[in-house]
Amino acid sequence: MVEPCKDLIELAIPAKAQYVGVVRLTVSGIANRMGFHYDDIEDMKLALAEACTNAVDHAYAGQEGQIAISFFIYDDRLSIRVSDEGNSFDISSVKQRSGPIDKDLPLTSMRERGLGLHLMETLMDRVEIDGERGVIVTLTKFIHRDEVEQDVDSPEKTKSHG
Amino acid sequence: MNVTIQEHTQSDSATTLVVSGEVDAYTAPQLREKLMPLTKQKQEIFLDLTAVEYMDSTGLGVLIGAYKSLRAQGGRLVLVGMSARLSRLLKITGLTEIIDIEDGA
Repeated sequence: MVEPCKDLIELAIPAKAQYVGVVRLTVSGIANRMGFHYDDIEDMKLALAEACTNAVDHAYAGQEGQIAISFFIYDDRLSIRVSDEGNSFDISSVKQRSGPIDKDLPLTSMRERGLGLHLMETLMDRVEIDGERGVIVTLTKFIHRDEVEQDVDSPEKTKSHG
Repeated sequence: MNVTIQEHTQSDSATTLVVSGEVDAYTAPQLREKLMPLTKQKQEIFLDLTAVEYMDSTGLGVLIGAYKSLRAQGGRLVLVGMSARLSRLLKITGLTEIIDIEDGA
């Protein structure tokens, strides 16, 4: 059974680099309202920008196109789906190349691009990619509520100290 | 959602670029255009990132490109004034192992 999301916010931008900043501001506003911590919000801004930048760079090969961003708001998490209707790509080959920079590689083979997927996978709790028709990237982050604070307020805890 | 870049020439061989604002896919080309020619002219480039509020992989790509260009000529790229966010980003991508970083103080 698929749990229905509580609220859905949708946004569509032209596949142009200057609008990726608008998506960052949007996720920041939504995540802030949901109660995410500052660092988690910054992580999501970055991961989402990477997904959008990939779509801008690869989807339409210089042609005009749209990127659709859907924010699925759940009680315990935010799932963001980024989809374009442009060129698909071979996911397995991209995943093989994903990872941090290897300092032992010679200077000339050091990559200047391709860190985006690695960042998404590191910064989000879950990353799903579907590349059959266009590309759909779904990024999920769970809300980590402050457990220390909950412990302090918990009546059980107070009793055990008494 | 813009970036500004100011150059403070130290000497014939060294210069400091003070970068502020957001470095993303839209603004990274401005940084690249300013930085790359300098990598051919200078031995040492200090990049002051104290006022950078946001940087993603396109910005990191510019740093890597500058690092490679400088290194190819025996030069050096030094990052100064890294925020905790930026440090984390460089750590995740493995760049802390490669590029010189100095404390902003």
